[in-house]
Amino acid sequence: MSTPADQQPGPSPAGAEGDGAAAAPVARHRYDVVVIGAGGAGLRAAIEAREQGKKTAVISKSLFGKAHTVMAEGGAAAAMGNVNARDNWQVHFRDTIRGGKFLNNPRMAELHAKEAPDRVWELEHWGALFDRTADGRISQRNFGGHEYPRLAHVGDRTGLEMIRTLQQRIVALQQADAERLGDPDAMLRVYAETTVTELLKDGERIAGAFGYVRETGEFVVFEAPAVVLATGGIGKSFKVTSNSWEYTGDGHALALRAGATLLNMEFVQFHPTGMVWPPSVKGILVTESVRGDGGVLRNSEGKRFMFDYVPEVFRGQYAETEEEADRWYTDPDNNRRPPELLPRDEVARSINAEVKAGRGSPHGGVFLDVSTRMPAEEIRRRLPSMHHQFKELADVDITAEPMEVGPTCHYVMGGVEVDPDTTAATVPGLFAAGEVAGGMHGSNRLGGNSLSDLLVFGRRAGLGAASYVDGLGEDRPRVGEADLDAARATALAPLERTGGESPYLLHQELQQTMNDLVGIIRRADEMKQALDSLDKLKERVAHVSAQGARPYNPGWHLALDLRNMLLVSIGTAMAALERQESRGGHTRDDFPEMSPEWRTTTLVLRADPAGEQVTLGRRPLERMRDDLLALFERSELAKYLTEAELAELPEGERP
Amino acid sequence: MSKASFRIWRGDAGEGRLVDYTVEVNEGEVVLDVLHRLQATQAPDLAVRWNCKAGKCGSCSVEINGRPRLACMTRMNLFGPDDVITVTPIRTFPVIRDLVTDVSYNYTKARQIPSFTPDPRVKPGEMRMRQVDVERSQEFRKCIECFLCNTVCHVIRDHEENTEHFSGPRYLMRVAELEMHPEDTADRRMIAQDDFGLGYCNITKCCTEVCPEHIKITDNALIPLKERVASRRYDPVVWLGSKIGRRPAKDTPKVPNT
Repeated sequence: MSTPADQQPGPSPAGAEGDGAAAAPVARHRYDVVVIGAGGAGLRAAIEAREQGKKTAVISKSLFGKAHTVMAEGGAAAAMGNVNARDNWQVHFRDTIRGGKFLNNPRMAELHAKEAPDRVWELEHWGALFDRTADGRISQRNFGGHEYPRLAHVGDRTGLEMIRTLQQRIVALQQADAERLGDPDAMLRVYAETTVTELLKDGERIAGAFGYVRETGEFVVFEAPAVVLATGGIGKSFKVTSNSWEYTGDGHALALRAGATLLNMEFVQFHPTGMVWPPSVKGILVTESVRGDGGVLRNSEGKRFMFDYVPEVFRGQYAETEEEADRWYTDPDNNRRPPELLPRDEVARSINAEVKAGRGSPHGGVFLDVSTRMPAEEIRRRLPSMHHQFKELADVDITAEPMEVGPTCHYVMGGVEVDPDTTAATVPGLFAAGEVAGGMHGSNRLGGNSLSDLLVFGRRAGLGAASYVDGLGEDRPRVGEADLDAARATALAPLERTGGESPYLLHQELQQTMNDLVGIIRRADEMKQALDSLDKLKERVAHVSAQGARPYNPGWHLALDLRNMLLVSIGTAMAALERQESRGGHTRDDFPEMSPEWRTTTLVLRADPAGEQVTLGRRPLERMRDDLLALFERSELAKYLTEAELAELPEGERP
Repeated sequence: MSKASFRIWRGDAGEGRLVDYTVEVNEGEVVLDVLHRLQATQAPDLAVRWNCKAGKCGSCSVEINGRPRLACMTRMNLFGPDDVITVTPIRTFPVIRDLVTDVSYNYTKARQIPSFTPDPRVKPGEMRMRQVDVERSQEFRKCIECFLCNTVCHVIRDHEENTEHFSGPRYLMRVAELEMHPEDTADRRMIAQDDFGLGYCNITKCCTEVCPEHIKITDNALIPLKERVASRRYDPVVWLGSKIGRRPAKDTPKVPNT
């Protein structure tokens, strides 16, 4: 184990620099591990790094405990088998691969399914209070794509419970340090409302991170040999999204500029049920639990239309009549699941098609109804946040009338390419976990697999980073002064520039472009048009100017975020144009079929250090191990694999 | 579409003033939508803290016409067409800029409370709890930490000198939550009174009234906690038990150096 990094100021003490126009003091901190992002993955990574004895910092773009994870509603998927004893990691693995349309990194899906139960029990040991079964264990609920009730939950506010538990675990570790070392921040410190704008390298290796403190606008550099990206997703590049303020693709962009690779960026999940009315709340999430607990989707003719949309690959696994579907809630062993519980990509596309066919609700969605499905009291108990949300924001009482819902940009399956076991990116010293990492969910994520992903790979990122630091010994990378100066100049540029366009306006244009042209249904000509528009936006974003001073200036912050959103949007559009098939969170109007050949291809993005040029490459998908392949029937594999792949299957899988 | 008149506090820790704005409002909007429109059209550097815009993160706490509220959950149709809507920072905490305040007091108080302490013999996965027993603490864990309760509480809103000795409704409720957790083994009753200032609370219920999660802070957390504290401190049987060594009190101390 290495000794904790010292707390001495670096070669340029804070406030001692001054070199003309870009002069601005930079505070310096030294850590073993710096975690960027304070959502579920970031906090779990930081807890692990600290428990491995590493001096750890968590950089939070918001206040501590406000991260986007709080908005997760449904639950954390973990095959504990508390409600249905037949559940186990193999079934969870199989569901995850099916949901991702066989594009997942199989090792990640395996680790996830195996370790999720321990991660959930660990939360309980740290004080989380999940809903209970009759015999006192953690209750589990049904969700789309999961064969058995699998989601540990707390009503419909599971994300809040998770973030609070992790936050309180960090406080508990800090209390132990306070008692032992006299300072709660000695080994684990949270830097709230601090944004990282650049990763710093020493040669090929990560050397630290540069950013600003919102409150003062002052700059800060974290010198650290290991950086964990846990920055979440990219939803703020789209107009209609369930994502919060922070989701500007920071980690994706930081990774690209640092020389790391992104994969699967064409796969963006549009959650089927976002609010559609009133306009100001368009996109806010309506949890999948509504359907898991019995809610049904109907069109303007009152028809449960999902029965018409069960795709070929899932035929046989879902109920064909309303009667069978309704029986399943009480007798799942002898009936098939309702098609409302198909994976999210399928439901989102079906809603889109119904609206397009003129069978939508008054405000351009469809109806999601629980009011005729269970007593009002039960709705209020099982779906308290939804009841509250519709009442307060839309004047709709969901115990008495249906909700209007439609697709909303929710999650990016693509992300930083990582080693499944250590979460190491392709740049030494860089790690990634949670939504910012790619591979785990393939082309489409199942509901509930995100919260468990955060825990499983957050922990592994903390372990991976700690063991990387141990391996360095005394040979630690150093932050270069020239890199610091450059990062500072880039960050100050929008404030010093005059006459440029408003960041708010440019952001709206970017969101409209991505929403309209790289949205849920895609076409080559539209995506070319999007790339054209994004190219022009790049020029304008390069000249954006922010008014006002440095302390807590949201216009300035947005101007800096825009650079990340634009880079990631360009990459997403490029990959989406390239993949000529429809699969999961990537639907091509001009290539509506799923192609076994395309399945074997992973699209990989790279960028130059300035983030000016993005390049697209291809690489073969990792082959699934034989023992994992054996979990599927050959008839099912035949729907996804190429002839050549089928011919290579081990004997047991042959007909 | 219509126009609304807003008066918004602009300034920093040093000084500030109310600035008048006239701004467009559309159907179904909330106050935070209007603040965002102001940023995009008239006041690009207007500081307002926000995150989820769905009432789940508790970031956008402000005072609207003097009442502590979440800007994202305050609908514009609450006001008449001729009303002037005044938005000011939450008063109890120091202003950083415009509508953003320094809420670090809350994080300091959170650190002083001894954390969840399970029986070390119970391993992860072994806990068995009944739904009815977890529901009490679950209510308090609905808290989104918007700090509106701490803002409105007169113990610190009107008496800055009390901040050192009073944790506010949010963190007294946290103590209650841990005390009612079926698997917790610590005893925070003495420090609830001595260090966190439970005695300052005179149950005016202002905290309950402003809670956007509708948690019954006073009735379900603070009053029951007061009762537990009373039985620990003043119950003659408990007192006698501790004297004759039958039931030695094991009070958990406040966390040192926090």
